[in-house]
Amino acid sequence: MHRFLDISRLHKTFPTPKGPLTVVKDFNLTLRKGEFIALIGHSGCGKSTVLSMIAGLADITRGGIILAGKEIVGAGPDRGVVFQSPCLLPWLTAFDNVMLGVDQVYYTASRLERRQIAEYYLTLVGLGEAMHKRASELSQGMRQRAGIARAFALSPKMLLLDEPFGMLDNLTKMELQDVLLDLWQRDQKTALMVTHDVDEALYLADRVVMMTDGPEATVGDIFEVKFPRPRNRKALLEDPAYYQAREYLIHFLNERSHHRPGQPTQPAHAA
Amino acid sequence: MTALLKTCDALGFTWFIPFIRLARRENPNEQFRQILVNLGVPLLAVLLFLGAWSWVARNVEVSFGAIPGPVAVWQEAGNLWKDHVAERDKEKAFYVRQAERKAAHVTKTPDKPWVERTYAGKPTFIDQIFTSLKTVFAGFLVASLIAVPVGILCGLSNVINIACTPFIQIFKPVSPLAWLPIVMILVSALYNPTDPWFEKSFISSALTVALCSLWPTLINTSLGVAQIDNDYLNVARVLRLGWWKKITKIVLPSALPLIFTGLRLSLGVGWMVLIAAEMLAQNPGLGKFVWDMFQNGSSQTLAQIMVAVFTIGFVGFALDRAMMSLQRAVSFDANSIR
Ligand SMILES: Nc1ncnc2c1ncn2[C@@H]1O[C@H](COP(=O)(O)OP(=O)(O)OP(=O)(O)O)[C@@H](O)[C@H]1O
Ligand SMILES: [Mg+2]
Repeated sequence: MHRFLDISRLHKTFPTPKGPLTVVKDFNLTLRKGEFIALIGHSGCGKSTVLSMIAGLADITRGGIILAGKEIVGAGPDRGVVFQSPCLLPWLTAFDNVMLGVDQVYYTASRLERRQIAEYYLTLVGLGEAMHKRASELSQGMRQRAGIARAFALSPKMLLLDEPFGMLDNLTKMELQDVLLDLWQRDQKTALMVTHDVDEALYLADRVVMMTDGPEATVGDIFEVKFPRPRNRKALLEDPAYYQAREYLIHFLNERSHHRPGQPTQPAHAA
Repeated sequence: MTALLKTCDALGFTWFIPFIRLARRENPNEQFRQILVNLGVPLLAVLLFLGAWSWVARNVEVSFGAIPGPVAVWQEAGNLWKDHVAERDKEKAFYVRQAERKAAHVTKTPDKPWVERTYAGKPTFIDQIFTSLKTVFAGFLVASLIAVPVGILCGLSNVINIACTPFIQIFKPVSPLAWLPIVMILVSALYNPTDPWFEKSFISSALTVALCSLWPTLINTSLGVAQIDNDYLNVARVLRLGWWKKITKIVLPSALPLIFTGLRLSLGVGWMVLIAAEMLAQNPGLGKFVWDMFQNGSSQTLAQIMVAVFTIGFVGFALDRAMMSLQRAVSFDANSIR
C-alpha cells in the first residue's frame, strides 16, 4: 500500500485568550506501509499536536487523516501510542497493564492465549523477570519497555511514539532503540516517531520529516535515510555519509526551520 | 526487622520506630533524641495536664459535690468494668438456672410447652460502647454507599457536579440535631415491620449519622475523580475501555487515596454526630449513657461522664488510626499519606 497513512491539509487551531492560535497549518504527509518515519523540529513547533491528532486524542481543526483507507475518528487500539512518560497505570503490574489492552483487543481469544500474547511481548522487551512488579515500582526504563510492549501487543496498524526515550539515560536509550527496531522489524509495523535527537532519527528512520517552527508549522523538508538495514551503530559512525546527513538535519533546524517552504527567506515587505 | 519497621509505619506507630532502630544499634544518639522528642514531650504534656486537672479538682466545687480528679475517674472506670463483669455473671447464672428449670419442666410436665426467656438486664457501659460502634458503622456504611457512587458521577460529569453543588452546600452545614427529628418522624412513619430486624432508634441514629457524614466522602471522591491525570484517561480512550472497566480499572484506583481521605473524615464526623444523636433521641449508646448519668445526679455522675468522654475520645482516635492504615494499604503510592 503506497499511502498507508495519508495526512492531508491538516490544521490545528487552539483557542487562546488572545484569540485563535493556528499551531499547525497545512500539514501534508504520506507514509508507506512498514515505513519508519522520524519527525523532528524545534520544541513547541507542534510535533506532539500532530501526533495526538493522528492518535485521535486531539480534535482535528481542519483537514483529514486516512489510515489504511479509513478516516480516523477518535482514539482506538489500532494505533499503538507510546509517550515520553509511558502512562502505565501505577496501581497495576506491568503484566496487568499490557493485559488491560490485550483483553480489549483480543476479546475472542481464550484467557490462556491472551496471557501468552502479553507474556510474549513483555519478554521480547526484556521484562520477562519483572513483569509482575507494580508499575510504580519499576524504573523509568522498565516502564518504557512495558509501554512499548503494550503498544505492540495490541497488534496496531501503526505505532505513534512521542519522544519515547526522551527521559532515559544514554545507555538505556540505546538499548531500547534496539528493542524497538527489533520489534518493528519482526512485526513489520508502520511507525511515526517524534524525537529531538538527530542521531536517534538517523539510526531508526527510513525518512526524517523536518517541521518548521510554529505557529503555523508545517513540513519543511524530508530527508531519505538510505543506510542499509539492519543498521549497525558502529558502522554508521564510521560512514562519512552519516555526518553529511547529520549536518543536513542540523542545518535545517538551525537555519531553514524558521521559514515555511515556498516562502522567501527574507519576508517580502513591498509586494 | 525491616518488616516490623514497615508494619509500625503502616499502623501509624511512628513513635515506636526509634526503639526498633535502637535494638538494631542504628546510630543510638539519634534514636535517643527521637525517643525524647516523640515520646518524652507528649508524656510530659500529659503529666502537666493531669497535674492541672488534679489542682482544679481539689479547688472547685459543683452542685454534685467535688470535681473528680484523675484518680477518681480511673477508679470509676474500674467500677464500670466491674459492673459489666458482674452483669455478665448474672446473665450466665440466669441461663444456667433456666436450663435447670427447663430440664425439671420437661421431666415433670412433658406435655406442656416450655417458654424460653431471654435475659433482660440493663446494658452496661461496655455494652453501650458496642452499641455505639455498631450504629456508627451502620451509618457510615450507608453514607459510603451513597457518597462514593454519587461522588464518582459528580467527578466524571461537570453537569452532574453543578447539579449537586447546591445540595452539598446547603445540607453539609446542617447540624445533626436538626436532622434527627426529621429522621425520627420519617422512620416511625415508614419503618413498621411486624418482625423488625433493627430497632427504630438504631435506624434513626444510623441514618442521622449517614446524613451528616456523607459530605466529606462525597466531596473528596468527586475531587479525586475530577483530578485524574489526563494520561490515564487517554489510556482508556486508546484502549476504548467500556464505561464499567474505565471506572473500575482507572477512575476508582486513581481516586482511591482521596476517597479514603474522605472516608476517614466521614467516620470522624459520624462518631461525633452519633454521640449527639443518641443523647438527644435517647437511643441506646454512649450518648444515652452520658445523658442518663447526668439525669441521675449522684456523686459519681461527673466521674462516670468523664470516663465516657475519654472513652469516646479513644474510640474516635482508634477509628481514625484504623482508617489511616486502610488508606495507606489501598493507596498505590503508600508514602504520600501522612
Ligand atoms: N491546549 C492548548 N491550548 C493552547 N495552545 C496549545 C495547547 N496545546 C499545545 N499548545 C501550543 O501548541 C504548540 C505546539 O505544542 P506541541 O506540544 O505540539 O509542541 P511539540 O513540538 O511537541 O514540543 P516539544 O518538542 O517541546 O514536545 C505550543 O506552542 C503550545 O504552546
Ligand atoms: Mg511534544
